[in-house]
Amino acid sequence: MTAPTEAPRPAAVDTVERRGDKTFSRLAVGAGTAILIALAAVAIFLVAQSLPAIVAPAGSFRGTEGDFWQYVAPLAFGTVWAAALALIMAVPIAVGIALFISHYAPRKLAQPLGYIIDLLAAVPSVVYGLWGITVLAPATVPLYEWLAENAGWFPLFAGPASGTGRTVLTVAIVLAVMVLPIITALTREVFVQTPTLNQEAAYALGATWWEMVRMAVFPYARSGIISASMLGLGRALGETMAVAMVLSPSAIISFAVIQSENPSTIAANIALNFPESAGIQVNALIATGLVLFVITLIVNSLARYIVNRHERSLESR
Amino acid sequence: MSKRIEVRDLNVYYGKFKAVEDVNLTIEPRSVTAFIGPSGCGKSTFLRTINRMHEVIPGAYVEGEVLVDGNNLYGKGVDPVLVRRQVGMVFQRPNPFPTMSIADNVLAGVKLNNRRIAKSDAEALVEKSLRGANLWNEVKDRLDRPGSSLSGGQQQRLCIARAIAVEPEVILMDEPCSALDPISTLAIEDLIEELKTDYTIVIVTHNMQQASRVSDKTAFFNIAGTGMPGKLIEYDETATIFSNPAVKATEDYVSGKFG
Repeated sequence: MTAPTEAPRPAAVDTVERRGDKTFSRLAVGAGTAILIALAAVAIFLVAQSLPAIVAPAGSFRGTEGDFWQYVAPLAFGTVWAAALALIMAVPIAVGIALFISHYAPRKLAQPLGYIIDLLAAVPSVVYGLWGITVLAPATVPLYEWLAENAGWFPLFAGPASGTGRTVLTVAIVLAVMVLPIITALTREVFVQTPTLNQEAAYALGATWWEMVRMAVFPYARSGIISASMLGLGRALGETMAVAMVLSPSAIISFAVIQSENPSTIAANIALNFPESAGIQVNALIATGLVLFVITLIVNSLARYIVNRHERSLESR
Repeated sequence: MSKRIEVRDLNVYYGKFKAVEDVNLTIEPRSVTAFIGPSGCGKSTFLRTINRMHEVIPGAYVEGEVLVDGNNLYGKGVDPVLVRRQVGMVFQRPNPFPTMSIADNVLAGVKLNNRRIAKSDAEALVEKSLRGANLWNEVKDRLDRPGSSLSGGQQQRLCIARAIAVEPEVILMDEPCSALDPISTLAIEDLIEELKTDYTIVIVTHNMQQASRVSDKTAFFNIAGTGMPGKLIEYDETATIFSNPAVKATEDYVSGKFG
């Protein structure tokens, strides 16, 4: 742009400033800033407290000969592994329940079912932990033994099976039950909002119920299902009590899900070890917290990226 | 390909509410029949009984018979899914599947039930259907673009292409132009005129000029009052309905005295 083409700008118009508008806009800006400050404060605290542990020489941590990265690796692995297993189990079931409530069940049944699902989300995780340790773990022992015997060739189910049932698979089942309600509730909302117009279009072409769902419901709900799953994953990644109660941890990286040696998760490890830690060990625990923070951040950004790409493709259409 | 439709003693319900009462009429093959009447008179509801779309709504059901070439659509053991493949439908607002390309939209009905179709056959069918819907020249260079990238009128013609791709016997149109501008409306009306040579067409419209322009026969529906069932008042040649109707209510409606 060159100067001659620029038109003279009209003088700014004096607009009336309303006090209510101003107050509200300040409140909104304040609220928005507060969340950023909180996030920054958490990040600064984590980094500052973690540094001593990250630079500490090998051998200064309990349970490992190596440096901090070797200390945190099995924990990070266990966190992601247990959460991923939980998600693999929970998402298909949650989508099924949501679909049943939104499109299949008669209204009289659908509504109470929806309430029950929401109620399930409100149960504290300690309760799930208690259930896992007293009911689920013993109940799974025969199943694990059967799996080790008959499906042991498959690396996931390699034996010997745990005698107590307190394995990473049990943890994953508990986590799956915990994240099920939140994923179900959110996907149900999305399913309910799929346009009737497209559902009728599918029916009018002679689609069966399932074909209608695939043609007109799932394409719309895809980004919603992903967002819901990521929220569920976030909860599973950070879950402390249920994991700490069920699992007897060891510092290993192993994909076998029914053996008695299992990697613990970051959150559970912090909860279990914090009371008896001092000095560099505290820094190490906080540093693992930072790692969890980063993992969660990556997972959320990835989900956002996928959802945005999908939404953009819907809009440009 | 086109068939005669006979409706006998048809009552249509939404749960306990009787929406349409005692309809009897016969629709000839290769003709355009228009349903007119004030809002809420049950013409759209009645239209949706001809391809069993009515019962998609929870609690909705039908009494009586709808015969397509002598076969009762509501007979025992008749699969509504198969009925809808014979009786296509175009809706009030264009509703292409937004995540599918133009070509996939046309093939959506054909690909149902995992019917496999060879690539060359598919391409030929897409071209034939889009030509049939007067849309081919406008979209032939962008068949892989999403269906919702088209204008409203083009989307509606895409929906018509989608409906004729499965080669139905009857095409139902539920106010197909009410969301479109006059130019697009004209394009659809021309298309209806062409489709009539192959299909039996039934169209619901609020636009009386449209009914008189496109249809051979016209059925006038009316209700006695809110909460009362809609009834078929008069059914005759379109020219007769608009110039010399037998019933006073029809004359009042087509001359614009009410509705």
